[in-house]
Amino acid sequence: MSEPKKKKTIKRIIIDVDKCNGCQGCEVICSAFHATPQYSSNNPERSRIRVIRDPLADIYIPVYAGEYTAAECAGRDKYMIDGKEYEECAFCRASCPSRDAFKEPDSGLPLKCDMCESDPTLDEPMCVQWCLAGALVFDVREEEVEEEEQEPEELDLGIEALANRHGWETVLAAVSRLSKKDD
Amino acid sequence: MRYAETGFNLEIDLTRGNIERVATDPELTKLHLGGLGTNAKLFWDRVGPEVSHFDPENLLIFGTGLLVGTPAPSSNRTVVSSISPQTRLFAFSIMGGFFGPELKRAGYDKIILRGKSEKMVYLWIHDGKVELRDGEHLRGLGSLETAEAVRMELEEPNAAVSSIGLAGENRVFFASIEQGRSSASRLGLGAVMGDKNVKAIAVRGTKDIQISDPMAFMKLCNESLHYIKEREKNPVKGVMPILAGLGSPQEMAVDDEKWHTENFMWGNARTRRKGFWTEDIAEQWSHTMHTMRTRLLSCYNCPMKCGAAISVDSRLCSYMMKCFSKLTYTMGAFADLDFGLRIAQKATEHGVDAFSAPQTMAFAIELLEDGILPASEFPGMPEDSEGRFYWLLDKIVRREGIGDVLADGTHWAAERIGNGAQAYAHNNIKKTEQLPLKLGMLNHMYFLMYSTGEKVNITQIEGNFPQAPFMTREENEEFTKDWPHVPDDRFKRWFEDWELRGENSIPNYPHTEAACEIVNWQEQMHYIDDSIGLCAGLSSFPLKPPFHIHNIPTLISAGAGLEMDEETLKFVTRRNRDLVRANNIRRGMRREDEKPPEDHWKRRFPELEEQLLTDYYLFKGWNEDGIPTEESLRELGLDYVAEEFLETGILKAGGAAAAATGGAS
Repeated sequence: MSEPKKKKTIKRIIIDVDKCNGCQGCEVICSAFHATPQYSSNNPERSRIRVIRDPLADIYIPVYAGEYTAAECAGRDKYMIDGKEYEECAFCRASCPSRDAFKEPDSGLPLKCDMCESDPTLDEPMCVQWCLAGALVFDVREEEVEEEEQEPEELDLGIEALANRHGWETVLAAVSRLSKKDD
Repeated sequence: MRYAETGFNLEIDLTRGNIERVATDPELTKLHLGGLGTNAKLFWDRVGPEVSHFDPENLLIFGTGLLVGTPAPSSNRTVVSSISPQTRLFAFSIMGGFFGPELKRAGYDKIILRGKSEKMVYLWIHDGKVELRDGEHLRGLGSLETAEAVRMELEEPNAAVSSIGLAGENRVFFASIEQGRSSASRLGLGAVMGDKNVKAIAVRGTKDIQISDPMAFMKLCNESLHYIKEREKNPVKGVMPILAGLGSPQEMAVDDEKWHTENFMWGNARTRRKGFWTEDIAEQWSHTMHTMRTRLLSCYNCPMKCGAAISVDSRLCSYMMKCFSKLTYTMGAFADLDFGLRIAQKATEHGVDAFSAPQTMAFAIELLEDGILPASEFPGMPEDSEGRFYWLLDKIVRREGIGDVLADGTHWAAERIGNGAQAYAHNNIKKTEQLPLKLGMLNHMYFLMYSTGEKVNITQIEGNFPQAPFMTREENEEFTKDWPHVPDDRFKRWFEDWELRGENSIPNYPHTEAACEIVNWQEQMHYIDDSIGLCAGLSSFPLKPPFHIHNIPTLISAGAGLEMDEETLKFVTRRNRDLVRANNIRRGMRREDEKPPEDHWKRRFPELEEQLLTDYYLFKGWNEDGIPTEESLRELGLDYVAEEFLETGILKAGGAAAAATGGAS
């Protein structure tokens, strides 16, 4: 019989853009929660969730801050949905050089949503607690993760392929030369 | 360190193009809080009775409430103050939306405009950078068009913009200042902005707003949200749907308009249409709402959804609407809801008040029909009612032909027209058009509120006490069971004993002392909101709101770091109330100005009403002419008002003896 499967906790915020009515309460409470000392100030510019608002276009999209990226994508996307024209990269979570979103206004350092990680743990992130409109709904589920067999990693396979073609000596010399160049 | 407020005002001299950032005195915050309170103080200090509405010396102040921009739900209100072209008195008109918090984050509590610009300009405030920019190219644009044009030009899609349309530019006496989701509509402050040649104010702020005692403040905020959630699940039973929940009347969410369409008056506030609300109408109007209302909308940091995006053409949202403006055009023109929502789009772009504009147009139609205005004054006006309203709106906002006369509102237009037209301007208080409501039996508490309100708008005075008792005493008692909002338990007894008919019914019960207390409490709550910037919709307007006299003091002390308890808050509010009144007394307002429309109730009681008004004045610490007494003014620390009143003969030395000591707390 197989070993008991590993479990991974998936935290999720379900964003119902049809229910958002643009109050920015999520931004207020996010920035207040993350202020030091906690709640001593608020400023939506520091929030890790931003509502992209364009009232005349009927656009209200809460977007969470994701990973920092040093370089912007090679190209940009622009969505059109039901006749609504969303701004460039509207749905992207990255703190990215291409835009101002998700950066500390003073330092420019990237902001990232941490799901209000704190001690003691909150039942729900603050933005969800403050969204009485129900546009933000929190759920947690556990996913079983397959114990993967020790399959050769992609890199191993690649290097093996190179050695088969050029011989180990040549490949090692090339690696050594290139790694010195990087210093 | 200043908490909740920034401690700075922007002083803009439009005549000279001078801009200054001025530190404010923290003592004034203690004395008057912010918003309406400090606006009234600035007017007292700087705008004497000799200054009239379109003089350069008139100020136009955009003042944020003390707690605006803090996490307190709904603390987003901006109080716009000026001398009104309609009332010629100190006016305040309040807007929610997004402007106030943005201004606070830019680092300012108020914008104070004085003088007049030679050319059309707009003001751009971006944190520390403030400039007057050329606005000539915006001339003639609608209010929302202007806001969009300014955001594009500045490349600031997130700037909050307050702007005027054609009506403001042409100094229509009931022109509004529009802000997209919200507006400062009453009393013609858009005309003052137009007179000063300011087309728009755009603000973008990126700074922090500080809280004095974060944990205590957040505890209250979280409790209020929890309360709102529960309260929304448990609407007050036995009252009409728009009054059962929180927020401003839920006109955007509720389709059933039987109550308004059959009880409020149509046309020039005269015609009641019993039996109007048929199944066919209900179906047709619901269809209109469901096709044209694309989304319910909130103001900044508020969980209520009192506004709506309305779509009248292919655009996704043509404009944003709220509250009773849904019905005013429809009922003024005897038309359907589809018409009402369509013309309101044009009216919002032009920037006019949705009470006064349709009332003035209906007034014009009546004058035409009754031969007081000749048909020759209406060249080319269509025959149908809807076409006439579009035609009249256009003439008014351009001040063309008869539109120039009508643009002064019903009171001043009637004065210009003469020929008996005054009798047609019948629905005014202090020269300003009111809700088209005509009732049977005098409600003595509403008599006092209508008479003495200086916002000149009943919804800004009424609120926390139910408009009528329930059918039975048991229901009254059920209501008072969970009613901690009252200042003290006497209010519960008064309500429990109140009856629809019989000895304990209006206009004799609640008896005078109770009536004074009830009116005073309701007004007090509005004055608190208007100084700290909470929306009436979560405090002074609905039944059983989350914010009330017992928790607001903590909100102020924890938020702004002021020492505050209930007694102090009541005292400060009395001071603000009397300072607003002092501004108007100095401008000539007296007892004879304080009366509801003659026809507001069918059954009137002239002697009782006179006695009530006197008793209420004395209760408030005012003399029989409605002037705050010397003693009362000195008690409130308004000695400078007392001294001016004595010097100018408004008060006679020792005259205070006529008034009992102020009983209002």
